[in-house]
Amino acid sequence: MATTYRTCPISGMQFEDQAEKLMRWNAVAGVLWLLVGGVTALLVILTRWPAIKLLPADQFYLILTAHGIDMLILWILFFEMAVLYFASSVLLRCRIATPKIAWLGFWLMVVGGIITNVAVFQGESSVMFTSYVPMQAQPHFYLGIILVAVGALLGTCVFFGTLVVAKKDKTYQGSLPLVTFGALTAAIIATFTILSGAGILIPTFFWSMGWIKEIDAQLYRMVWWGLGHSSQQINVAAHVSVWYLTAAVLFNAKPLSEKVSRFAFLLYILFLQLASAHHLLSDPGMSAEWKVLNTSYFMYFAVMASMIHGFTVPGAIEAAQRRRGFTNGIFEWLRKAPWGNPVFSGMFISLVSFGFLGGISGVVLGTEQINMLMHNTFYVPGHFHTTVVSGTTLAFMSITFLLVPVLFRRELILPKLCQIQPYLYGISMGILGLVMMGAGTLGVSRRHWDMAFSGAPFQYEWPGAAYLMMGLTGIFGVIAVIGGGLWILLIVGSLLFGKKLDGGKVSDKPTPIPANTQAASAVAHGSDHVPVPGTVILALLLFVSFVLYYFVNWKYLSEVWLLS
Amino acid sequence: MSAILPPSDRLWWKQPIDKVEWAWIGIAFVWGMIMFGMMIYWHIYGKQNLSNEAYKITPELFAAKAEKFIDENTIRTETDQHIPVVRVPPGGDGYLIARLWAWYPILELEEGQTYKIHLSSMDYNHGFSLQPVNINIQVIPGYEHVVKMTPTKKGTYAIVCNEYCGIGHSWMLGRIYVK
Ligand code: HEM
Ligand SMILES: [Cu+2]
Repeated sequence: MATTYRTCPISGMQFEDQAEKLMRWNAVAGVLWLLVGGVTALLVILTRWPAIKLLPADQFYLILTAHGIDMLILWILFFEMAVLYFASSVLLRCRIATPKIAWLGFWLMVVGGIITNVAVFQGESSVMFTSYVPMQAQPHFYLGIILVAVGALLGTCVFFGTLVVAKKDKTYQGSLPLVTFGALTAAIIATFTILSGAGILIPTFFWSMGWIKEIDAQLYRMVWWGLGHSSQQINVAAHVSVWYLTAAVLFNAKPLSEKVSRFAFLLYILFLQLASAHHLLSDPGMSAEWKVLNTSYFMYFAVMASMIHGFTVPGAIEAAQRRRGFTNGIFEWLRKAPWGNPVFSGMFISLVSFGFLGGISGVVLGTEQINMLMHNTFYVPGHFHTTVVSGTTLAFMSITFLLVPVLFRRELILPKLCQIQPYLYGISMGILGLVMMGAGTLGVSRRHWDMAFSGAPFQYEWPGAAYLMMGLTGIFGVIAVIGGGLWILLIVGSLLFGKKLDGGKVSDKPTPIPANTQAASAVAHGSDHVPVPGTVILALLLFVSFVLYYFVNWKYLSEVWLLS
Repeated sequence: MSAILPPSDRLWWKQPIDKVEWAWIGIAFVWGMIMFGMMIYWHIYGKQNLSNEAYKITPELFAAKAEKFIDENTIRTETDQHIPVVRVPPGGDGYLIARLWAWYPILELEEGQTYKIHLSSMDYNHGFSLQPVNINIQVIPGYEHVVKMTPTKKGTYAIVCNEYCGIGHSWMLGRIYVK
């Protein structure tokens, strides 16, 4: 099929015509879902804010269902499709495999997303995005999600196909770039995830049609979390790849060690699927042995992988900065980093929030016995807003500031506001996560409309601190919504009104990646080893916080009723 | 060279790993093993472990067992809905039904005694969230979970439902007395 290749004059990256269109459409669709998700976020937060309590109960549960689906599934998945096409076609400088199938996948996802949203907003499907049986939604609720999953699977196959094309057309030599390798791990996990999703959602769809009589409630939870948790692993692999990408583009940073970083990605594939067990730690149907085995052996290797990336990403930046001459003291490399560039500030806040807030809270929450202190409390959404929002969403937002000029060929509007957006969103979201976790530690439930329990036969008065935490949740949630809304405004505004930029040279043949010029000149690695003391200190700080917080929770646990 | 290009050294897997990186990998690995060890340690020496005892059961059968328990041990009723307050025999078995949208019945326990509390749901998933102690256990229809509990302090406790179960979820509040 005839196609053309454009070389971007700003970045030197090469965009194949079809891949470029696909990335744009997927990214724009993602942003639109984020917009819907953002509106629902505002309504959710204003309802959970005890002083405001905006929506009535039925609407609250409806909106919360929409929030989970539009954010976690639709915004993230559409953007990830763009990331996959970027990591394959752009980084490997080749045409995209079977663009028709990629478009089919895209439209399936669009149609599926709309169908599920229609089901939710019709009001008979307020089952939350987890849709635990036997609570039943309308059949088209499940059908829409199935279509989205099939679409995403097609996109993932196109990604694999594109890797094959690049290999066949010899557009690169040697091994895949690290970022592409990271995307490959994400895609492999995605395949597994979608298959487990099919394994549970298709029977559930049949059940909602009345073709199957019953689905075991515990079995549903187990298989569903094979989808629900591994999909978070896709997000982690994707945003870690975006971190490496940012470091490479802004600092020309290279991984401290290719071997270590790749090995860490591989660990995600090997061990993360089974971490879905940590959603079932307080369930009746699994034995303690099964829980301990899955949370420890399997999950801790994946935790180790994240700890490795958490070290090698800032390490790569530090080494690159030191090579540039920022060698004074321990932290000059960080002080002199481009804090005014939203691509960097967003990425770095994402890295720190994911590590310090999301990572630590996640492991503690996923500890078999400690889970009982937090299961289904507000701690849980607190935790995952520091992973999938402060981590993934913020990383995607910050890389978009790079993509607007490069992919959409538009200058960013209002650069001053672009500069502050990552701080506004990142910091408020970090605090939001913390106060949500605080409320959860005091017992406040998630997915709960009324802290006052009106209509109940008894009374229960939450401690005053819980109300304080929920009030703060309201305040920082609103600020976060403003930060997110600002991003949408800036990006959509730039796409519509930003100054048009020159697209660069167009050719009908791809220009392959030049064979390794650096290797010849500098005998590459080994010889130019740079120590990274600043990163070591940051890593040790993380480790100390981790250990302290971990044992504090065992202390809390030791104080509750005795259970056996 | 950079992470967006193929590794400059084609034999990248032969490059030695820096000492600092090894050290960090070592720390992460050992820490993972310590956390693994902690869970097992707690199973042996800790006093808060979630019970392993669970059976498949139908809601009807569970309800029948619970009704029998309630009939035999009710000491009074409370509220205008006449919810039975049931004294669980010390060391014995107590039943707690989760259903739309109530925890039934009210249980009365004694401080320092150990009870086997049977939990199950009649309909959807529910969440047993004991407050202000903050113990949280998933309650799933079709499964009878037998949890051994020993209250450590006297008082009136609330059972909040913290698994979304429909419109009445927010008023699904139960009660446990500890004498
Ligand atoms: C400004 C932005 C946001 C705010 C203020 C916000 C706020 C909240 C709050 C307060 C809850 C908990 C509600 C409850 O359990 O009662 C929640 C749930 C949730 N949020 Fe967000 N959120 C935001 C953005 C996001 C984003 C970007 C994502 C995903 C990428 C996301 C994914 C979710 C999910 C999956 C749930 C769980 C829904 C459920 O329990 O079924 N949120 N959000
Ligand atoms: Cu409930």
